[in-house]
Amino acid sequence: MREIIVISGKGGTGKTSLTAAFAHLASPVMICDLDVDAPDLHLILHPNQTQSHVFMGGRTAKIDPEKCTSCGLCQEMCRFDAIEAAEGQHRVNPLRCEGCSVCVHFCPEGAIDFPEKQCGHWYASRTRFGPMMHAQLFASEENSGKLVALLRTQAKENAKKIGMELILSDGPPGIGCPVISSLSGVSYAVLVTEPTPSGRHDLERVASLCTHFGVPAGVIVNKSDLNPTECDGIEIYCRDHHIDVIGELPFDPVITRAMVQARAVTEFDSGAFSNRIRDLWTRICEVAIYNKN
Amino acid sequence: MKIAIASGKGGTGKTTVCASLVHVWPRAVAAVDLDVEEPNLHLFLHPHIESTEEVGMDIPIVDETKCSYCRKCAEICQFKAISVLGSVVLTYPEMCHGCGGCMAVCPEKVISTGNRPLGEILQGKAGNAAFWMGRLRVGEAMSPPLMRMVKKRLAQALGEGSPGAESPVDVLIDAPPGVSCPAMNAVMDTDAIVLVTEPTPFGLYDLKLAYQAFGQLNVPMGVVINRSDIGNSDTIAFCREVGLDIWAEIPFERNIAEAYASGRIIAETDPAHFAVFHSLAEKLQSVGERLTASREVTHA
Repeated sequence: MREIIVISGKGGTGKTSLTAAFAHLASPVMICDLDVDAPDLHLILHPNQTQSHVFMGGRTAKIDPEKCTSCGLCQEMCRFDAIEAAEGQHRVNPLRCEGCSVCVHFCPEGAIDFPEKQCGHWYASRTRFGPMMHAQLFASEENSGKLVALLRTQAKENAKKIGMELILSDGPPGIGCPVISSLSGVSYAVLVTEPTPSGRHDLERVASLCTHFGVPAGVIVNKSDLNPTECDGIEIYCRDHHIDVIGELPFDPVITRAMVQARAVTEFDSGAFSNRIRDLWTRICEVAIYNKN
Repeated sequence: MKIAIASGKGGTGKTTVCASLVHVWPRAVAAVDLDVEEPNLHLFLHPHIESTEEVGMDIPIVDETKCSYCRKCAEICQFKAISVLGSVVLTYPEMCHGCGGCMAVCPEKVISTGNRPLGEILQGKAGNAAFWMGRLRVGEAMSPPLMRMVKKRLAQALGEGSPGAESPVDVLIDAPPGVSCPAMNAVMDTDAIVLVTEPTPFGLYDLKLAYQAFGQLNVPMGVVINRSDIGNSDTIAFCREVGLDIWAEIPFERNIAEAYASGRIIAETDPAHFAVFHSLAEKLQSVGERLTASREVTHA
């Protein structure tokens, strides 16, 4: 089974619009939205939920004011400044609590509860391009790495069950916990970037992350005509670091128009721009699926 | 006054807005990049870096020669960063959150403090503005500890918490995208939040998430609509419906996109753009003044 993920380091490079187009071109395919913090792919794919599950993500400490003697030991021991004292009463700020259980363990009165909390939902759905696994973390909740891992496992199991050979994922932005969780053991990462100083800076960081985890990667430069010099710079960087340049796409408002209509751009338009995306997908299939270089 | 420039979604123009605000800000200001996974503010402000500090977090080191293998450390650890298998203790530094539980619980006191590098904190000057940024080490999963350290250094530098010190410096924070722990960490303890969005279905969906997440902080929030002439009018309708002020609108213009692509501050490129950010700065300052006034009333 092959797993292709589209990531970008930086947000707003067109990752989700491209993933939707690739899902259209590859359909039927197992689709995964791994940006569990701010998922957007469902806005184009309109999934029909067949399963909805609660995601339990961790625990948060909670002080029982009846039992608390305000000795202050919990506040002293908490390394996350999550315990606040006001008017002689100690309480846990849930936004700061990391769920480490230190306060729970050391409270001399046994006054701190440690309930498991629900951090979001995850779903199995049907879309016009194939089955889809996706999730929504509750606002301000953590543990997105764990939720990403869960979605990937579910996608693999389901793909195996129905004999699907390819999983296509829309990845999270950044280079931290959720991206690391979404990269391990992936067959190929498509790195979407734009020819701007920040695009290039973030590409370099996410590309070194791929190297760090041994994931083969290729680059698509979106909006390439906004700065041809920077675009050349990116291509030189890729050549020097043995990263495949899959190709480039010019700035074209058609991608926004397709998004507003909730269509994949390749469904919406059959002009030159969509043809270029078809070429990019053919190239990705060659290197990621058939290992042709 | 401390202001966070945030957005549910990446790529909406957070850094553009932050850099331009720093440029037009009429008072002493510190620019802080808390998007430690992908810091970009320095690419536009071109700061002169005066110091770079490597920072790390506390992780456990077990002296196995003195360990009694009682497993208490493994039992308290919620992050599976330490485990005891027979007479072997394994630590997984990359899983550790640095809570110190294992060290505190060890009856033999044989767990000492090691260090896992998190990244670096850079500090300098961008024109008249003080400049701070954190940069996460590639391969490091946890950004909040590094963000907390940047905030700590900043507070020390601005003399916060020291008796009688009144911070004369406003702080503009470039926050990470999203609404989960790193983003919350950046907008916590601020006096106002600017939500940068674009009027597309993606932008609106993520704006709603940000409104939900940051709304619980009870801090004044307003919206900057970037590329205001692409997409549709649903974003404006949403803002009206929930009572979110639209503090500024920036049209999509190819020259703005090109200026950004060549690393320039938008407010610097054209008097019309300067005016947009200048008026945004004025709005933010009046939010700050109202805040100070209401605080004085509650303290009186």
